[in-house]
Amino acid sequence: MKKNQTLEKAIAAIPSGAVVMVGGFGNPGTPFSLINELVRQGQTDLTLIKNDANESGHGVSRLIENGQVRKLITTHIGLNKRVIDLMNQGVIEIQFHPQGMLAEKIRTAGAGSFGFLTDIGIDSEITRPEDLLDWQGQTYKVEMALSADYALIHAAQADWLGNLLYRGSAINFSPLMAMAANHVIVETPDLGAPGRFKPEQVHTPGAFIDSVVPLESLTSDYGILEHHVRR
Amino acid sequence: MSAAERILSRAVNEITSGSIVNLGIGLPTQVIHYLPDDFDVQIHSENGILGAWKQSAPEAMDPFLIDAAGAYVSLREGASLFDSAVSFAIIRRARLDLTMIGAFEVDAHGNLANWKIPGKFSPGIGGAMELAQKTKRIVVLTTHTDKQGRPKILKNCRLPLTAQTCVNRIISDLAVMDVTAQGLVVREKLVQISDADLQAQTEAELTFATREAES
Repeated sequence: MKKNQTLEKAIAAIPSGAVVMVGGFGNPGTPFSLINELVRQGQTDLTLIKNDANESGHGVSRLIENGQVRKLITTHIGLNKRVIDLMNQGVIEIQFHPQGMLAEKIRTAGAGSFGFLTDIGIDSEITRPEDLLDWQGQTYKVEMALSADYALIHAAQADWLGNLLYRGSAINFSPLMAMAANHVIVETPDLGAPGRFKPEQVHTPGAFIDSVVPLESLTSDYGILEHHVRR
Repeated sequence: MSAAERILSRAVNEITSGSIVNLGIGLPTQVIHYLPDDFDVQIHSENGILGAWKQSAPEAMDPFLIDAAGAYVSLREGASLFDSAVSFAIIRRARLDLTMIGAFEVDAHGNLANWKIPGKFSPGIGGAMELAQKTKRIVVLTTHTDKQGRPKILKNCRLPLTAQTCVNRIISDLAVMDVTAQGLVVREKLVQISDADLQAQTEAELTFATREAES
C-alpha cells in the first residue's frame, strides 16, 4: 500500500490535545518540515516527547514559543535558555528523565511491553517511594513504558511502503518512537519505489509507518548552525 | 593559558590508549581537540556515536553528525552509529572506561550535582545520571570556584544530586584532586599556589600529596 501523503493532510490528522513524539537529538533527526506545518495549522494543548527542546526559534522550540505545548517530556534543555525561562515562569510543564531511561521507556512501549526494572536514579530526587519494588531481596525502580498518539520522524531515505533509513547521528530516538506511537508520520527528502533498499539494511520496517511525506528539498533548518562550528 | 585551557590540557592526559571515553557537555567535549590525531581511543557520544572525532573543515562538515553538545564532529575509521537505546545500553553495561563530566557542585565524598539549580538554571539530566552511575571511572572537569568566586568543591553538595559517590578525580583550573576514603587528596597543582591559598578556595578539606606545577 502506498503511504504517500501531503504535508498538510498528514499533519491535519493530529488533533489538539494529542501526545506527540518527535525524533531528533539537537538538529539531526528533527523533522523540521512536519513541525513547521504543525506550527502553521496551530493545534494546541499538545504534550511533546522529545530528547531536547531544540534551540530557540528552531524545531519544537517554535511550537513551545507559539504557546501550542502544554507539557514537554524530555531529558535536557540546556541549549535553550528561552524554554528554561518559560519553565521557570510556569508557562510550560517540563518533565525530565535520564536520557537512556526515556529511550528505554519508549523502546519498551514499542516492543508491546509495559515497563522494566532499573537502578538508574534510584537514590536521586527523581525517584518516589511508590516507584520502588522489592523483589527477591533486591530493590528496583519501576519504569513504565511511554507511548504516544503520534510520532513525527525524519528519515534520510524511504520507500512508499514506509521502510526507512536514517543517517549520521540522526538515528537517535527515531526508530524507537516509530515503534511506540499509534500513528507515525515520516518526512523524507528521498522517497522512492519499494526495492531500492537491501532488505537487511532497512532501519525501520514499514509495518510501523502510517504516512510518508516527500519533501522537495531540505530548508535551511536542516543546515549547519554557525554557532556550533569551531572557530 | 586560560583557566579552560589549563583544565583541558591536563584532562587529555587522563585518556589511556585503547579506551572508550564519553565526553560530557561543556568543557569535556573540547578535550577531543587536545588528542593527537593518531591516538588510539574511541570517543562515545550518547546521541549514538562510537568513534566520534574532531570537527571537519567547513566544506566537509555534515549537518547530520553532531556530538551531545550540538557541535559538528567527524567519524574515525571503524566508527559505528546507533539509536539512543543502544547508546545507553553501552553506558549501563559499563562498557565505557572513562567519562569526563562537568559539575555545578562536587564534594569530598565524590557526590556530583550537575542537572538542577531549582528556579534558576535546570538544564536537565541528559545522559548524566547513567554516565555517572555506570562508568568505571568519572573525572570531573570544573573551574575551582564559580563566577562569583564561591567554592564549587564542597564538604557536601547542596544541590540535587546527579549520582552519589561516583567521582574518582577532579581536575580544576588550579589542581588535580582524587576522591579517597580520607577525603580529597591534592595530587598536582596546575598553577603556582600555596597549600593555604588553595584550601581557602575550597570548602572541602584538602590533604596534600603534590608535585609542583611545571613552569
